[in-house]
Amino acid sequence: MTAPLLEIDTVSKRFPLKATLADKVAARLAGRRAGGAVHAVTDVSLTVDRGEVVGIVGESGCGKSTLGRIVSGIYAPTEGTVLLDGKPIATGREDHVNKLTTRVQMIHQDPFASLNPRMKVGETISEGPRTHGIVSASEVTDRTRALLEQVGLRGDYADRLPHQFSGGQRQRIAIARALAMQPDLLVLDEAVASLDVSIQAQVLNLFLDLRRDLGLTALFISHDLSVVRHVCDRVAIMYLGRVVELASAERLYADPKHPYTQALFASVPTLGTGRQDFRPIKGEIPSPIDPPPGCAFHPRCPFAGPRCRAEIPRLTEAGSGRTVACHLNDGGVGQEAAA
Amino acid sequence: MSDVATTTGETLAEPAAAPIETRAMRLKNFWSDFRASKVAVAALVVIVTLLLLAFGAPLVAPQDPYDMAMLDWLDAFLRPGEVGTGGYVHVLGTDNAGRDMLSAIFYGLRTSFTIGLSAGALALVIGISVGLTAAYFGGRVESLLMRIIDLQLSMPAILLALVLVAVLGQGVIQIILALVVAQYAYFARTTHGAATVERGKDYIEAARATPLPTWRVLFKHLLPNVLPPLIVVATVQVAAAIALEATLSFLGVGLPLTEPSLGSLISNGFKYIHSDRYWLSIYPGIFLMITVVAINLVGDQVRTVLDPRHAR
Repeated sequence: MTAPLLEIDTVSKRFPLKATLADKVAARLAGRRAGGAVHAVTDVSLTVDRGEVVGIVGESGCGKSTLGRIVSGIYAPTEGTVLLDGKPIATGREDHVNKLTTRVQMIHQDPFASLNPRMKVGETISEGPRTHGIVSASEVTDRTRALLEQVGLRGDYADRLPHQFSGGQRQRIAIARALAMQPDLLVLDEAVASLDVSIQAQVLNLFLDLRRDLGLTALFISHDLSVVRHVCDRVAIMYLGRVVELASAERLYADPKHPYTQALFASVPTLGTGRQDFRPIKGEIPSPIDPPPGCAFHPRCPFAGPRCRAEIPRLTEAGSGRTVACHLNDGGVGQEAAA
Repeated sequence: MSDVATTTGETLAEPAAAPIETRAMRLKNFWSDFRASKVAVAALVVIVTLLLLAFGAPLVAPQDPYDMAMLDWLDAFLRPGEVGTGGYVHVLGTDNAGRDMLSAIFYGLRTSFTIGLSAGALALVIGISVGLTAAYFGGRVESLLMRIIDLQLSMPAILLALVLVAVLGQGVIQIILALVVAQYAYFARTTHGAATVERGKDYIEAARATPLPTWRVLFKHLLPNVLPPLIVVATVQVAAAIALEATLSFLGVGLPLTEPSLGSLISNGFKYIHSDRYWLSIYPGIFLMITVVAINLVGDQVRTVLDPRHAR
């Protein structure tokens, strides 16, 4: 067994809330300290092997983008460590390390925001490798052309500005920019979410081709279960900052174990199966500022029992590499007290 | 997503890129928008004419007002249109020392433009640096810098400039320095405002995460995207610098009459305004007014054209 390329070890990220003067006065009067924090990511552990694509799925606000930004080195974790090839690239608290590394590259959701509108795409692609000496000055033009062609664009597009391209083409440019750094790990943060469905398919196919040709390793963040199914080997389901289920894509789609995963699948509208009963998950996603006690999903869970309100479920083994964080899977939810 | 199996060959079916828009074409678009206002075009013509007259002063002016030997006491206080000892018509008359007013005004314009443009450019550079630093680094650096700027903007610029000139002494360099100190705050605040909006965008995050060196993120990514509003502020501030310099000279702390600026000419003529020799101060005043108004009109039109809500 070789060591995994990426190891996320009990990483948490809290964003402190800025207390207004009124809050401070109110807190002082009530004898509390002002200011809470948004619990964006809590105790997430995850590994990604070389050549593997791991999906992270969840509703908006579940912390999946924050996790991607921690791995990319944009945010420092509040607690925990991120290891790349066994070396820490980000740690929380006292041994604070936050190395921005060329070895992890990120592809953002919105290709209209992620490219500098006043820089030619050729320069956008080549400036990273040039500053880090990945290519020599004489090779830059050829390599930029080659990268553009690799992502399905024409090499002479290098002289154009981003506003001359469509969304799909821009996302290809963003992919070329990331690949130019020859990263060990790609983080795709909702990389196709803002594209039309037909363009999504094209960009996903490009990603699959590149993966096959270059042996890419990636963290694929998405809210779209059907997209994730096509590109990921393993999938982690996140809810309110925690991983609730982690399994191979095949097993997860065949047999979701966690009630939240089941609810997610039930809420995906499908065409052609004749199924009309698309069921949204009841209730609202709770506030990450003040997460519910016990299992964060219990206010919306159809199976919730007293234990769910009191005890945070741990990720436990549920057979063949799958882990689930649910009391149903770990000794039951407990009996309701008789009325 | 069941049709994901389409080949990548179809990616070429994506809409073709828009026709190449070069820098020259963007400039052309800018110009056709700018031209929509006849007043602004007229103002631009006026500015260009004044600039030519100012910097071509040695060629077009009938007399060199710096050359004391050319001045003749017999020519003092000639009315506009009279012919002096030099044998030529003093179109705008002469002053108390026999200076040809038209020549003095051309040379004065040159001084005013030199001071206004260099003070504006220097203030722009310093203001951009302060504003970008504050916006990019945030936190305490931002609070400190922006409070200093706020403090400075709460004081009238003329007051600050007066104090500085009093401390630094008279002279072109000293005046420019005083104007820069009084005006960089406007650039800093505008840069900060625009950069605060841009710094949150994904392309800045992408550049930082690559990672690129900080100076490169600041100057290649952030700066080009905050430049448009600064162009507008720059035009207005050049006009303000010219007016401010004239005010200082008028108050007697600016330039001496041997290095005439429009302000010192007005100041000198003002002494005689009640003795019917109106031309000594009125004509430099009119030129000053035309210059400042023209620059502001052009600035206004540039603002309109660069406004994203401005419909093409």
